[in-house]
Amino acid sequence: MNGYKQIPVYLRYLINTLLLGAFLLGGNALLASGAVNRAQSAVILQIGIYILLAVSLNVATGYLGQLPLGHAGFMAVGGYGAALLWKAMPRSAGAIVLGLLLGGLVAAVFGVVIGVPALRLKGDYLAIITLGFGEIIRVLIINLPGITGGTPGLMNIPKHSSFLVVYTTVILSCALIHTLMKSRHGRAILAIRENEIAAESSGVNTTFYKVLAFTVSAFFAGVAGALYAGYTGILTPGNFTFMTSVNILVMVVLGGLGSMAGSVIAATILTALPLALQSFNKYRMVIYALLLIAVMIFKPSGLLGRYDFSLTRILEKLINGQLFARAKKAGEDRA
Amino acid sequence: MLFLSQCINGLQLGSIYALVALGYSMVYGIIRLLNFAHGDVIMIGAYIALLTIGAGLHPALAVGITILGCVLISVLIEKVAYRPLRSAPRISLLITAIGVSLLLQNLVQLFFTADSRAYPSTAIIPARAIQLGGLSLSLSTVVTILVSVGAMLGLHLLIQKTRMGKAMRAVSEDTGAAQLMGIDINRVISITFAIGSALAGVGSVLYCCRYSVANPTMGSLLGLKAFVAAVLGGIGSIPGAVVGGFAIGFAEVLVTALGFSAWTDAVVFAVLIVVLLVKPTGLLGRGVAEKV
Repeated sequence: MNGYKQIPVYLRYLINTLLLGAFLLGGNALLASGAVNRAQSAVILQIGIYILLAVSLNVATGYLGQLPLGHAGFMAVGGYGAALLWKAMPRSAGAIVLGLLLGGLVAAVFGVVIGVPALRLKGDYLAIITLGFGEIIRVLIINLPGITGGTPGLMNIPKHSSFLVVYTTVILSCALIHTLMKSRHGRAILAIRENEIAAESSGVNTTFYKVLAFTVSAFFAGVAGALYAGYTGILTPGNFTFMTSVNILVMVVLGGLGSMAGSVIAATILTALPLALQSFNKYRMVIYALLLIAVMIFKPSGLLGRYDFSLTRILEKLINGQLFARAKKAGEDRA
Repeated sequence: MLFLSQCINGLQLGSIYALVALGYSMVYGIIRLLNFAHGDVIMIGAYIALLTIGAGLHPALAVGITILGCVLISVLIEKVAYRPLRSAPRISLLITAIGVSLLLQNLVQLFFTADSRAYPSTAIIPARAIQLGGLSLSLSTVVTILVSVGAMLGLHLLIQKTRMGKAMRAVSEDTGAAQLMGIDINRVISITFAIGSALAGVGSVLYCCRYSVANPTMGSLLGLKAFVAAVLGGIGSIPGAVVGGFAIGFAEVLVTALGFSAWTDAVVFAVLIVVLLVKPTGLLGRGVAEKV
């Protein structure tokens, strides 16, 4: 890499932090100014929640390479956990943060409880066992009306999920997941995806890292569930069916297994599109299904594959005048 | 007497689950795919029966068309959606199967709405009671049990005694070696799907005769439970699917009889989880050593 100018690390963090801060404040000002109507701001909040759901599922599916089908279950326990706390506490910034953390922690506990036995099994069996757990959680919610409100649902949850709350949580969560995946722990998780036996032979504690990735995935699903509870103000078991899990899976698969940018983009498009085109709603699920099949047949790695967007990488290319330069193929360096 | 009639009830439900579980197990045995769309093929079968009987066809003919329709749609799904992914990673195949399942459910929902429809069960099996030593059984219960047991015996003979059965066993044992021996893999896989979905067609008629309703999402829960049955017995194993089916049927009837009907689904999945943790290959499944 002779003469290739690089942006210093502190400057990279500064650029990204400033841009995200500007996004948060700008978005908040836009919503406060009344430039967007209620329906539109509802869509914007939903997008944030689904981004977090897709990114969290991507940890278990894209990075760890397993296929859990009970993501809605984690979202449910997180949502109910946070909702019960919020209903008992007066509105304050501390209560909001505590509720989000509690939602995540409850889901993480379930993640460990489910993950330890489930991850002993592989592939298909793991998919089924997580699906089973998801269904059991739903049946539990229906049959414990004293705590959860049963089938009619848990009502009058304080609506804490404002734009700032949702997007600050989403950005912080994505940053945490990103840094985890760039650390040696993240590398270990990726190694398991590539080849479990090889990873184990190289000294990676596969059981520990599988449970870790699974728990992290559950934790953030729980946080997203808490945001969801604070957004709708009412939770019913019908919100957390197998179809919800599949919906999230479609986003992850479509965006690209193992690409955070892909999950974000797919979650944004798939949430905004049906809400923007109400008449299209009738055909939405048919189109989802066709998309899912077509992507698997023609581009099994998803739209973005494992590519991840990096602003500073593009800036570096720009200052080096190589923005449109062809990416070097492996082996070309030697020539 | 109550206990005995509950047992027969469990036998009826169990034999339906077993029929459906056989389809899952056969397909898994041969291409290692959890065919999520299998339950929805059953739902399609229910709607075909609904339409044909609604059109005034003779019930026997309607049942024949139902089975044929299930076979055709299954073979078509295999050709269009699963065959291009034969060499793809297993997770892609699994996601495709989920996609096909979604597609079938939502297409039916689009054409017939999401509402439940009354299924003409009495047109297929007349509502008549049979007295058997002081025990009153409905005709549909007797027919269900007899037809299922007959179908299972037929399948057993087909797999153990015919050339095609031998080819199917060979492909599930080692696809590559089977191909080298001159077995047409694609044909064997198509036929496996066809047989599995013919059983699903029979299962569809029997299931609907028991519950008398059809709706677009009926296949998912039936499919899940039958699938649980297949995994419980050891997926890929034909006797395992039968044992698993009856076990799930009995468990469900037992839980309902004890007055916990709201918990049946949870119990079914809990049983599955416990079995998988104790014996991951299922009750009758064979463990395969992993080669490095």
